Amino acid sequence: MSLALRLPTPARLGYSFNRVGRLGLAVILFWAVIAVIGPWIAPYPPGDMVDYDYFGPMSQQFWLGSDYLGRDILSRIIMGTRYTVGIALAAVILACAGGVILGMIAAVVGGWFDTLLSRFLDAFNGIPHLLFGLVVVAAVGSSIPVLILTLAAMYLPGSYRFARALAVNVNTMDFVTVARARGEGFGHIIGREILPNILGPVLADLGLRFVFIVLVLSGLSFLGLGVQPPNADWGALVRENIEGLSLGAPAVIFPSIAIASLTISVNLFIDNLPTRIRDRSE
Amino acid sequence: MLRSATTWILVGQRLGIALVTLLIVSFAVFFATELLPGDVAEILLGQAATPEAVAGLRTAMGLDEPAIWRFLSWLGGLTQGDLGMSYVNRMAVADLLSGRLANTLRLAGIVTLVCVPVALCLGIAAAMWRGSWLDRLVSVLTISVISVPEFMVATLAVLVFAVWLDWLPALSFGVNVDSIGDMLRAYAMPVISLSFVVSAQMIRMTRAAVIETINTPYVEMALLKGASRTRMVLGHALPNALGPIANAVALSLSYLVGGVIIVETVFNYPGVAKLMVDAVSTRDLPLIQSCAMIFCISYLALITLADMIALLSNPRLRR
Repeated sequence: MSLALRLPTPARLGYSFNRVGRLGLAVILFWAVIAVIGPWIAPYPPGDMVDYDYFGPMSQQFWLGSDYLGRDILSRIIMGTRYTVGIALAAVILACAGGVILGMIAAVVGGWFDTLLSRFLDAFNGIPHLLFGLVVVAAVGSSIPVLILTLAAMYLPGSYRFARALAVNVNTMDFVTVARARGEGFGHIIGREILPNILGPVLADLGLRFVFIVLVLSGLSFLGLGVQPPNADWGALVRENIEGLSLGAPAVIFPSIAIASLTISVNLFIDNLPTRIRDRSE
Repeated sequence: MLRSATTWILVGQRLGIALVTLLIVSFAVFFATELLPGDVAEILLGQAATPEAVAGLRTAMGLDEPAIWRFLSWLGGLTQGDLGMSYVNRMAVADLLSGRLANTLRLAGIVTLVCVPVALCLGIAAAMWRGSWLDRLVSVLTISVISVPEFMVATLAVLVFAVWLDWLPALSFGVNVDSIGDMLRAYAMPVISLSFVVSAQMIRMTRAAVIETINTPYVEMALLKGASRTRMVLGHALPNALGPIANAVALSLSYLVGGVIIVETVFNYPGVAKLMVDAVSTRDLPLIQSCAMIFCISYLALITLADMIALLSNPRLRR
């Protein structure tokens, strides 16, 4: 059976998401759709100063108010979705793909290769994530590829550790031994025997790592080292408009709500996944 | 409690592993900082510097010598407490660091004192009465705090306590500290923000560790035997969950030294993390190296300590 046919879809595996999980999924899908169709639904060009007032209140004309230069906040949040979701998604896919592949190889090869790689990545994991990001970005300058690679490098060791622990368990099971006895190659054992059996927990782990990456990315942007002006992700929107905090401006509140809604709903979704997906190895 | 000799040998072994790791880490830190783009001598002299002046400064600073030799002399100085001179303002790194380190440790200490007891009690209680309203409330609160960026927790604290209620100053420093009351006020905001962030992780991990032990057959046996819920959790499950809990606490606390950069920035608190970020932008290698070593040492020390607690609390690890 090909890999695509084995992907865990609810109908095929015979379970359903509970109500909280569905709510989380709905919010995630909402932001995903916004990220894709953003430019067509933004009411104003996100870089144009359209309001004469700065930190304008919510109104018929500007649904979520305007920012410190009189730009429309709704349009800027819609465009910010692309940066936040896009960068975080690219980084998390890189981190998890790298971590899972290395983890499976380490589990199957074992021996000194496994020990060496594990110790090295453990030591790397000891560096505080945000600090590592700050140092790299301060040293080589901030651009979107640098951000994606830095974030991916930060979260690869954790993903490796998780996938390796799962793969070590699967590797000792009878069907893997049988496949090996059958004379199947390295690629077959990793891709066809082990991967399908760790995919569920790995996808749940990917979701959690996505949340961490969104938070670190927002933190970097909040410190002025993430996405650079005139573009802005949600963290940068909070930074730009932080002066409006004491005025109670919607310009600083809504980007924060956007971040929180995305991260909380991913967490809710992962927390309420049926145990059949989360702990298939057990 | 009498511990056998093997226990102490194992503890010694952990310490030895920590020291070897530290050596490897110092090697990595030294050469990683060497890889930072930009030449120190050129940055120090500015754009108008002649090539001769740059070469002269490089010789004077010892940058011409082989990297491995500089590493060894740096390491030798480190063991004697000599952290070298800052490239940028010609001060001893030890002097620059000591004040900042004291600030960081003071903040970390206060947060630890506030957080650890509260977090452990809440985590254990949530696990003990799993599924109750307390458990649900704690779960919802911790998941919200974990899901939200730190700067949001910090700005929310400013908004509530400084802007709306007007109880506390928004910045922690630059305020005159004359009495204990002033000091409490100055530290209150960073401590509140950090406590929320750190204890949320601790509560979640403690709860998970205790629940995992509650699910084992021997704890079920205790329940069947007629032990009360409190006795079952505190007397039977908790001793076995001590190792994972210590690990969770160590991980959360290690965050307090290097991970607090956002809180330091929002509240203008002069700690080590902020010093290091400033040092990176000026390519002040000795300062960066010393800061990085401080973070790695604190992380290793906490993890090793947690390892030892696990070792001493669980005889099965001592075979």
